[in-house]
Amino acid sequence: MSLAKRIIPCLDVNNRRVVKGINFVDLQDAGDPVEVAKRYNAEGADEITFLDITASSDNRKTILDVVEAVANEVFIPLTVGGGVKKISDIRDILNSGADKVAINTAAIFNPDFVRDAADKVGNQCIVVAIDAKKVDDDRWEIFTHGGREKTGIDAVEWAIKMAECGAGEILLTSMDRDGTKIGFDLELTRKISEAIRLPVIASGGVGNLQHLVEGIKDGKADAVLAASIFHFGTYSINEAKEYMQKAGIQMRL
Amino acid sequence: MKKIVILDYDSGNLHSVAKAITQVADNKTQILISDKHEHIKNADRIIFPGQGAAADCMRKLKEHNLIDEINYAIKNKPFLGICMGMQVLFQKSSENNGTDLLNIYQGEVKDFKKHIKKDFKIPHMGWNNVKQMTEHPLWNNIKDNSSFYFVHSYFASPQQKNIITGTSLYDIDFCSVIACENVFACQFHPEKSTNDGLQLLKNFINWQI
Repeated sequence: MSLAKRIIPCLDVNNRRVVKGINFVDLQDAGDPVEVAKRYNAEGADEITFLDITASSDNRKTILDVVEAVANEVFIPLTVGGGVKKISDIRDILNSGADKVAINTAAIFNPDFVRDAADKVGNQCIVVAIDAKKVDDDRWEIFTHGGREKTGIDAVEWAIKMAECGAGEILLTSMDRDGTKIGFDLELTRKISEAIRLPVIASGGVGNLQHLVEGIKDGKADAVLAASIFHFGTYSINEAKEYMQKAGIQMRL
Repeated sequence: MKKIVILDYDSGNLHSVAKAITQVADNKTQILISDKHEHIKNADRIIFPGQGAAADCMRKLKEHNLIDEINYAIKNKPFLGICMGMQVLFQKSSENNGTDLLNIYQGEVKDFKKHIKKDFKIPHMGWNNVKQMTEHPLWNNIKDNSSFYFVHSYFASPQQKNIITGTSLYDIDFCSVIACENVFACQFHPEKSTNDGLQLLKNFINWQI
């Protein structure tokens, strides 16, 4: 027995409610963040990720009181992202009870921010979120503001750069797959996972439990993130972990 | 009234540890986050949380004048070290081009990068099993090989093998828990390890030496 692969349910939060949409639009309500987090904790989630999805585009701060309410109820690692622009934002989120902070837009405008953040709070707290879209046969580029804005930056090169800047983990989302339920972009996931020595969380596109297995086995991811298959009760976290264990992946059961 | 002091030196996981301890403590337990000599002296037990880099941790301990306090606490009270709070008990770390630590136990803190195969990701991040090497009151109601949450890039390598109380496997077997007299220190984060982690914290509160 050694390090287990992780399942991370993701709470996309908008207006203090958990929501889920397709390709980051058409949002559907999925409940109260604290209640949803408690349920996942009880079902055996390995971590929880909480993304304040419109904080960056609305130019406002992450809803710290909701983060704190979630952190008071669950004793597993909590990653929070959305609206992170300054070191003080990171400290505020960590002080609200989060264990890791996901940086996305801010890193693109200023890569040194990741370096600075890793120096100040330790690289284990810094998750760099990469939202990528396939633009050509063998090329993916990163997008910001919930997938609405193009940057022209190559996703694999960016992951290598973020690793050099001191990121502790990469949260990789395929914007093409997000909400589609057709499975992860395995090619992209494998490329990035093999290009860096950091743990990579695969995200975007999970529609069934076999997709989670593929993310680990074919995408070489260290953790898999999913939202809608858990939010709407299609599968429980436990069920997903048992399925993955049966497929030969070591899980924490 | 039991008094537990969580040593305050601006470690990132301070509040998580406080929340988890609060969750398992009864109403006869007072929990204080402090770096004050008086509080530490009057405490019944001490928790030394930790996170981040070795050099930064040592610098902050000096800034908060906590070195003597820790040395005192380690000799006198039930003491729980977590993550960096375990590593700093050793002589030196290879982190930050070599960092001198508190030198309570002989041995070094080593870089995973130089000791494990390249296809193992760093940090060692996530849930791993802990094999219980000795019996200990802090293992009460925790099964052997239970999973705990880890996040670290360096690992302690004690010279005195008899203090190794738990080991974990990440390409190599490494020491994930030490215990000696009134000291128990773990590389994993009990405050983030759900039921088994909370049980360990509860066992620490109830630990009679």
